[in-house]
Amino acid sequence: MSHTDAPNQRQDAELPALGFTGTLRFLWVQLTSMRTALMLLLLLAVAAVPGSLFPQRPAGPGIVDDYISDNPAAGEWLDRFQMFDVYSSVWFSAIYLLLFVSLIGCVFPRAVKHAKALRSAPPRTPRLLSRLPEYGKVVLESTGPSPRDAVDQAAKILKKRGYRIQVRQEAEGNASVGAERGYVREIGNIVFHLSLIGVLAFMAAGSMLSYRGQKILVEGEGFANTLVAYDAFTPGSAFSEQKLNPFSMTLDSFEAEFDRESDTHYGQALDFTAVLGVRHGPGEPEQTTELKVNHPLDIDGVRVYLVGNGYAPEVTVRDGIGNIAFQGPVIGRAEDQVYTSLMVIKAPDSEPDQLGFVGFFLPTAYTGEDGVAISIDPELLNPELNLNSYYGDLGLDTGEPQNVYVLDTDTLTELNSRNLEAGGITLSPGESYELPEGKGSIAFDGVKRFVGLDIVYDPAKWGVGIFAVLAMLALGVSLFVRRRRVWVRGTTDPNGYTTVEYGLLARGESFGLREENVALRRQMERTWPVQAPKDADDAEGGPSTSDYKPPSGHDAHPVDIQAAMPAIHRPPESKPNTTENRPE
Amino acid sequence: MPSINLQLASYSDLFMLIAAFIYVAAFILFTLDVATSSTTIRNLESELARQRPRREMAGAGVGRPVPDTAGDHPPAAPAGRAQSGSSATAIQLNEELVNDDMDYLGTVRRPVANVAVALMVIGALLHAFAVIARGVAASRVPWGNMYEFLTTGAMLVAVVYLLFLIRKDIRFLGTFVSGLVVVMMAAATMGFPTPIAHLQPALQSPWIIIHVSVAVLASALFTLTFAMSVLQLIQHRREAAMSVEKARIRPFLRMVPPALSLENWSYRINAVGFVMWTFTLIAGAIWAEAAWGRYWGWDTKEVWTFVVWVVYAGYLHARATRGWTGERAAWLSIIGYACIVFNFTIVNTYFPGLHSYAGIPGAETAEVYR
Ligand code: HEM
Repeated sequence: MSHTDAPNQRQDAELPALGFTGTLRFLWVQLTSMRTALMLLLLLAVAAVPGSLFPQRPAGPGIVDDYISDNPAAGEWLDRFQMFDVYSSVWFSAIYLLLFVSLIGCVFPRAVKHAKALRSAPPRTPRLLSRLPEYGKVVLESTGPSPRDAVDQAAKILKKRGYRIQVRQEAEGNASVGAERGYVREIGNIVFHLSLIGVLAFMAAGSMLSYRGQKILVEGEGFANTLVAYDAFTPGSAFSEQKLNPFSMTLDSFEAEFDRESDTHYGQALDFTAVLGVRHGPGEPEQTTELKVNHPLDIDGVRVYLVGNGYAPEVTVRDGIGNIAFQGPVIGRAEDQVYTSLMVIKAPDSEPDQLGFVGFFLPTAYTGEDGVAISIDPELLNPELNLNSYYGDLGLDTGEPQNVYVLDTDTLTELNSRNLEAGGITLSPGESYELPEGKGSIAFDGVKRFVGLDIVYDPAKWGVGIFAVLAMLALGVSLFVRRRRVWVRGTTDPNGYTTVEYGLLARGESFGLREENVALRRQMERTWPVQAPKDADDAEGGPSTSDYKPPSGHDAHPVDIQAAMPAIHRPPESKPNTTENRPE
Repeated sequence: MPSINLQLASYSDLFMLIAAFIYVAAFILFTLDVATSSTTIRNLESELARQRPRREMAGAGVGRPVPDTAGDHPPAAPAGRAQSGSSATAIQLNEELVNDDMDYLGTVRRPVANVAVALMVIGALLHAFAVIARGVAASRVPWGNMYEFLTTGAMLVAVVYLLFLIRKDIRFLGTFVSGLVVVMMAAATMGFPTPIAHLQPALQSPWIIIHVSVAVLASALFTLTFAMSVLQLIQHRREAAMSVEKARIRPFLRMVPPALSLENWSYRINAVGFVMWTFTLIAGAIWAEAAWGRYWGWDTKEVWTFVVWVVYAGYLHARATRGWTGERAAWLSIIGYACIVFNFTIVNTYFPGLHSYAGIPGAETAEVYR
């Protein structure tokens, strides 16, 4: 069953007899109809929109949680309708799956039908060529060929123009040729739609076979591609740990370049370069490579992307007893262009109380008149730590995972802050600070840089890419190749002259049909001694048009055309237009 | 990184302004041309009356009579189906004004519109200089921020329009196109004035050249079809009304081709635009893969690019669906363009996402739970 524009008409007759299979058949015809496809497409467009209005879990679960706690009433309902997981939601999936079922049900019958058309001869020659949207007639001089020979020569012309032809002998020594070209247009359409299925299939494959993870590396630190080494990891559904390539890498250094010439964009980032030492496997030699934004590393099919960077101040926290409770670099989350970096330090091992610090790292600190320090440059010109301190229970012992960038101060007591007598903590590199009440101390040892890496393995992306490009090429073919039918008939007129009539029909859009008429006619006039039109009012002296627009559906048959063509669109009887007076 | 040529950049700014003022003048003249179109038509009418006082119309709906100056007239202006209800003389006159193929007919003199076109050409030349100068000054393509998207986009709208004008008489779009270009230039210089600078690392990729340029070019094409679709709807209503009563409704629309012609041409242009948009989508996905490690992530910008693509796919489908050609297809073309405008303005400025190149130096860090 092929897809149809008007399934209702066909189905009406069958309705009374609808049994179970009849109903299924009815539904199938409905689903694969062009109108349903259109509805589903429009529905898909609408359904995609909420994903841009509400935060999406795959992009950042934390933002969604914040959103829900900010809008408790609406948030819960939105969540129930999967508004935070739009693109994996039931309703979104239903729409695109239905669309693709419809597509399959539509395209396969078309492909079969077209395969048949490819093997069959061009359609029979209509009796009245003059009813076609483009029509022309030439009368040859007596030195011209016979109708049959003329038709043979016309067939040759058509063949050269890329038409598939069939010459037919007709009654009374007449002959005609049927010709068609542009079959590839339909092939393009079919390939286009099939390629969309290919894209979807490989996207699905990707969601099974791929994995992606994130890792923050501080200068000097290493990473080995194992599950535990990742900060965050999203496996595909068919993932198993053995699939991780056994490569490893170390961040040797990180370099950032900022604009120092511009007045208006002073300090804007210009270039980030990470230098990595990469080993393809244990025991393999280390290779040093550069990693830049937009230029991922490829390590045996696994791609490594530079997606973030920042400063990691190194601190040492001692507890009330004097033991080192924490030591090392702390990732600062850059909040702006000048790397004002949010710092959270947790020292759960300190005794007698656990210690926590929240504040900012400022690469180039500048203290304004209000006494508040801000950063005014992205580079380390005057690095400074500004911290508040807390003691109490960090809440880490419950075993529940906690965001390392957030300090929950509900169960903590403030030790240092601007509001307290003790004030906040301000440290430059090399300095240290004794906490009040003998709770311990904190030292600012130095600053390192860190990079945020995305590590991605998606072997199916090549399939997606190839089918996407194929779809685009086929789309071009399907939209711009012109499908045409031409018929030429040779007869002998009452005066004994050979007369050649021809008509053209476009399938689908009819652009350029007139130009084709003109081109054909010119070739005919070059081939034969054509009589000049007797006078300006010669009835059919040249190509003629009507503004009849064939239905743009692909089901347009010449028969339909004739039936649909009202009398008013017959070629005018008194049109003097010949090919010659056409401006080029 | 090579230094920025500030001298050249300031010339660019200056020429941008001059071009904008010239476009304003073109807009005024185009509007004047429309406003005075009834006079233009009346002149033509009296001229026609003088030239051939009495010519029988041969047969119903047959093409226009032989013009005295046969030869330089396009053949066979189709019998206006749209006007099938109106009188024969109206048909005759309308065919002197416009034809289905939007060819230049040479019958009506529209000096005001011609001056407007000439101004557009001058404006576009200066504009092109300004855009290219900005690119040269910064040694990069001049589309890295909203100011540059808008100025380059406006230039492409103007240039695409002028290129079409070479072959096709689409002066009837002049008011819209010049008006839109003025709006874009004003938005760029007043809403998003951005001093020249280097590209930030996220944008330093060969893909910016190809992905953005094709996107903007496609948008320029969709701009033209948007205007045509709006006119198609108006023209359609008018034609329907005129077939009922012979009243002359909105006479200036007689300088605009019939609804069917507008539909066919916007389909043609939309088809080209759609292929370009498909390319934009694919190129964007390849770039996203290179920059962020995934070819598709439903980032806001990606969502809207997809929505636009699907709406225009719907448009192409509508053209092949019974009952959906004509007015409904025109509406889809209009909705598609509305989505493009939304994608370009609201999404670029208000929606957070990876595509907002506003600030943050790429220091997004994973949320780590321990
Ligand atoms: C993922 C969903 C789909 C998309 C994105 C899509 C897209 C397109 C596009 C862009 C075109 C115009 C290019 C061309 O003529 O080849 C087109 C044409 C066409 N599509 Fe689809 N399509 C989809 C699904 C379907 C379905 C489900 C059907 C059948 C019910 C269908 C039937 C057709 C037909 C018959 C044409 C040819 C129209 C003509 O002859 O001008 N498509 N499609």
